[in-house]
Amino acid sequence: MNVKLRIWRQRNAQEQGKFVDYAVNDANPNMSFLEMIDVLNESLVNKGEEPVAFDHDCREGICGMCSMYINGRAHGPQKLSTTCQLYMRNFSDGETITIEPFRAKGFPVIRDLVVDRSAFDRIIAAGGFISASTGQAQDANAIPISKTNADLAMDAAACIGCGACVAACKNASAMLFVSAKVSHLALLPQGDPERRKRALAMVAQMDAEGFGSCTNTYACEAECPKGISVANIARLNREYLNAAIVSEEMPK
Amino acid sequence: MNWFSTFLTSSIGRKVVMAVTGLFLISFLIVHCTINAMIFFNDGGESFNKAAHFMGTNVIIRTMEIVLFLGIILHIVQGFMLSAKNRAARPTGYAVTNPGANSKWYSRSMTLLGTLILLFLVMHISHFWTHSRLGGIGGISPLDETMIGDKEVLNLYALMISTFQSPVVLIVYILGVISLCWHLVHGFQSAFQTLGVNHKKYTPAIKGIGIVFSILICALFAAMPLSIYMGWIA
Amino acid sequence: MLDSKIPAGPLSEKWTTYKNTVKLVNPSNKRKLEIIIVGTGLAGASAAATLGELGYKVKVFCFQDSPRRAHSIAAQGGINAAKNYKNDGDSTYRLFYDTIKGGDFRAREGNVYRLAEVSANIIDQCVAQGVPFAREYGGLLDNRSFGGAQVSRTFYARGQTGQQLLIGAYQGLERQVGLGNVQEFSRHEMLDIVTIDGKARGIIARNLVTGELERHFGHAVLLCTGGYGNVFYLSTNAMGSNVTAAWKAYKRGAFFGNPCYTQIHPTCIPVSGDYQSKLTLMSESLRNDGRVWVPKSREDAKAIREGRKKPTDIAEEDRDYYLERKYPSYGNLAPRDISSRAAKEACDDQRGVGESGLAVYLDFSAAINRLGKHVIEERYGNLFDMYAHITAENPYEVPMRIYPAVHYTMGGLWVDYELMTTVPGLYALGECNFSDHGANRLGASALMQGLADGYFVIPYTIGSYLAGEIFTKAIPTDHPAFEETEKHVRESLDKLLSIQGTKSVDHYHKELGKIMWDYCGMARTAEGLKQAREMVKKLRAEFWQNVRVTGKANEFNQDLEKAMRVADFIELGELMIVDAYERNESCGGHFRTEFQEEGEAKRNDDEYAYVAAWEFRGVDNDPAMHKEELKYETVKLATRSYK
Repeated sequence: MNVKLRIWRQRNAQEQGKFVDYAVNDANPNMSFLEMIDVLNESLVNKGEEPVAFDHDCREGICGMCSMYINGRAHGPQKLSTTCQLYMRNFSDGETITIEPFRAKGFPVIRDLVVDRSAFDRIIAAGGFISASTGQAQDANAIPISKTNADLAMDAAACIGCGACVAACKNASAMLFVSAKVSHLALLPQGDPERRKRALAMVAQMDAEGFGSCTNTYACEAECPKGISVANIARLNREYLNAAIVSEEMPK
Repeated sequence: MNWFSTFLTSSIGRKVVMAVTGLFLISFLIVHCTINAMIFFNDGGESFNKAAHFMGTNVIIRTMEIVLFLGIILHIVQGFMLSAKNRAARPTGYAVTNPGANSKWYSRSMTLLGTLILLFLVMHISHFWTHSRLGGIGGISPLDETMIGDKEVLNLYALMISTFQSPVVLIVYILGVISLCWHLVHGFQSAFQTLGVNHKKYTPAIKGIGIVFSILICALFAAMPLSIYMGWIA
Repeated sequence: MLDSKIPAGPLSEKWTTYKNTVKLVNPSNKRKLEIIIVGTGLAGASAAATLGELGYKVKVFCFQDSPRRAHSIAAQGGINAAKNYKNDGDSTYRLFYDTIKGGDFRAREGNVYRLAEVSANIIDQCVAQGVPFAREYGGLLDNRSFGGAQVSRTFYARGQTGQQLLIGAYQGLERQVGLGNVQEFSRHEMLDIVTIDGKARGIIARNLVTGELERHFGHAVLLCTGGYGNVFYLSTNAMGSNVTAAWKAYKRGAFFGNPCYTQIHPTCIPVSGDYQSKLTLMSESLRNDGRVWVPKSREDAKAIREGRKKPTDIAEEDRDYYLERKYPSYGNLAPRDISSRAAKEACDDQRGVGESGLAVYLDFSAAINRLGKHVIEERYGNLFDMYAHITAENPYEVPMRIYPAVHYTMGGLWVDYELMTTVPGLYALGECNFSDHGANRLGASALMQGLADGYFVIPYTIGSYLAGEIFTKAIPTDHPAFEETEKHVRESLDKLLSIQGTKSVDHYHKELGKIMWDYCGMARTAEGLKQAREMVKKLRAEFWQNVRVTGKANEFNQDLEKAMRVADFIELGELMIVDAYERNESCGGHFRTEFQEEGEAKRNDDEYAYVAAWEFRGVDNDPAMHKEELKYETVKLATRSYK
């Protein structure tokens, strides 16, 4: 199959970017989308042109490194998958595919389709953890955890931190990401002692990074490659309200 | 900053303000709609004028009216501020978007719908509220009065009948109510979500009730000018 | 002879004795000591978190955009621990023995016993951090069984155990970043080690965003940079996984242990075309319920390859469940090397399926009939979805097609009991070192080793070295050694950019991968290895004359990153071949066709019960082999049988 590509090219954060048109001919429908970009890049290198920069690593949908906004969708048209899990059979022959970087104030462009998502690391550093230093742990079976809660925690913990929620949200809100972490840890007894401090600190950092507010359009859930539920956002709201209004913890 | 202002200015705090004021405004809509629905008794406005008189003279209600205005203003100001902040969170937009694939248009259009409702509200207030509450002040024409039993009350009913004789007013009202309906379809369940109410067992019901409520209340509101214009109510 | 520094005394007391006698560093001195950690997988992230907690000044580097992306995240099936929660007879000794035996008696007793000992602490630690392991309805932890073991000792978090363990370690690391104990350098790639007076004293790292070369000092340097499976081009490793850090260490004097031991994982999705960039693993846990088979007759297999028959057309009696037939006591859960070779044999016998004939079936129909679809969905749902995503086939209805693929490298930098390489102050943890898996790694043991090294071993053993460094002040990075090393790195970058040849970096990587897979893959021969060495030498020469690398050094340049890595892979490929050639026996992941008995690998314990640690002698010279004798004080060497 043949496809036309319209790809955002931008040399670095300072320079202006623009769309450049390319064509990839003889793409195999069983090729992954990124392998199609590999083929394009190989041809660019062979012509002495600079290949398109894009983030990718594990190519099996778990590391969260790949991004790309494809034809108006974060990670492209297929539900519940990352860009690396997208196959050319999801596109039609002769189709024009527009590829843009994830866009958000909190995700500045580094080059072409590569963006800086270190804001997510800083949000985790602000409170997305349980303070259990090595060596302090009791026996793993000392506290039974209901299977329901363990499963809900696992659902939330499945987040891969790719940022598709931010990219898809009209407000570039990071609520789904933050709520997944807050939920994961709040649902477990081990996370309980710090839950208030955690919710306050993570939300404060999220706001400082310039992400928007949640207006409950639920685009994030629809585009999340791991299907993280917006029920987590409600839980975060609850946790935050509890922490800020009910508890004696002081918001920062 | 103290803890309360920190809370209120956080992204979640701002949303909580929207949700709380929104739910408050929804409760007002219920009262407003109930009172106005008195016209459907088709008793020449007697029940309606009686209820309107109570609403206009009861101390608690008049106090709540101030709270209501504050609520509306807060909802509007906060809404616009949030909207501006949210736009700033994406300084460079996408060239191609396909939002229909992941969300409902009305959930993304709350600011637009809200603005339409605001414009409608300005007209609506100037039609009725200013005359009934500020009549006689600064050249605003006061309302006629009518007798119910031995009480003299403002004839708000007559004003309604005369206002809705204009087809333009009718159309604008119906458009205003449609905007309100979509605003509510998203806003109702959204308020619960923002306040942290999302439950496997109850959320489907909340969403269903939200939709039924929005349609019902807006249909009733739309029926009022329509019935008057069509002469079903005299 | 190399000294592994295994403490004296009975096996079960070695680690305790060591911990009781190792030198300590007091808290105020820890604050003055700087540690560089390269790589943020399970080993790196857990080491960074723990050393940060202890009060050392830590700098942590990763080439990805976040520490959470490291490839440990892709591990699916689980992590072993000798908890014996199932009451099925497990113990520290059994985990130790299974691991030694699984490694085909080519691992160190002392290290492996320590690993088995701390395995239980790992589970405790991870649960305390909030890792959502699978649980039973009673709220207690669930286990499943894995290849090479007859007990259920594998803890898991759906099919995303690696992800959850890494996120746990990553959160611990970010906590230390927030507290200011750890400084994080993401999108940074280590390109050389700086040694001063024979000790590792820092690194040269390239900031991948700006292209700038940076100098970083450390009293000790920890490499936690994973394995080198990508030398085969196609592997289950991430695209960015590379050998560069370990290779630079090798070139600075660290010995490289057993480079030829490569694990070929039996359950991967087969190659579908020559555009393929990587292979996807289907967790070994699938073999708990999946049955591996090929048609008994070549005719049926041919009919399937040509699309004339479907797998479901083959009657039960015409199927060869070859693992169950050959290895009745372990069946479909035979260890990885054995299962992989059996699949290769079936395909070599022209009984392979799939278009290419390089695939065997992994069939769940029996399990679905027995347990119901919902149970299988609960156990493996995400793996089945992943398979369906990639192949557009529904594994609930048609059996999966699988084939072995390069997955893990048991070889790596030689380290002693303290995880220190032959360069003082330079450590290697996790897959980056060679230490615990011998010639073959058992499933669910990589996660165990990475976290054991990072959480529980290095925090003790590093004290032994750093206690002697408390008087060493931080060396300013304008020291001539830093300048010299940076100059060296800059020159090699400039050289790559200046060649401006005609072939892309990927072209050379693919060529290298083909040579390695054909001659140094699942089956090796002396003759083939000899040829392969010449081919790799030729490839290296051509690479340095004709590669085309676009862009500049002082900017974000993924083409240049790749070129640096491939240059190192080519050199490593040659060393792997040399090592495979020298090891005249078959053991674990190293199968020499000349050495077999009734189709099974034939070890030679009399001559080859040693670790081959290679010393760099210049790119164009033969490396020198140093032997570390493997002394078995507790275990009796036996022919590995899973029959």
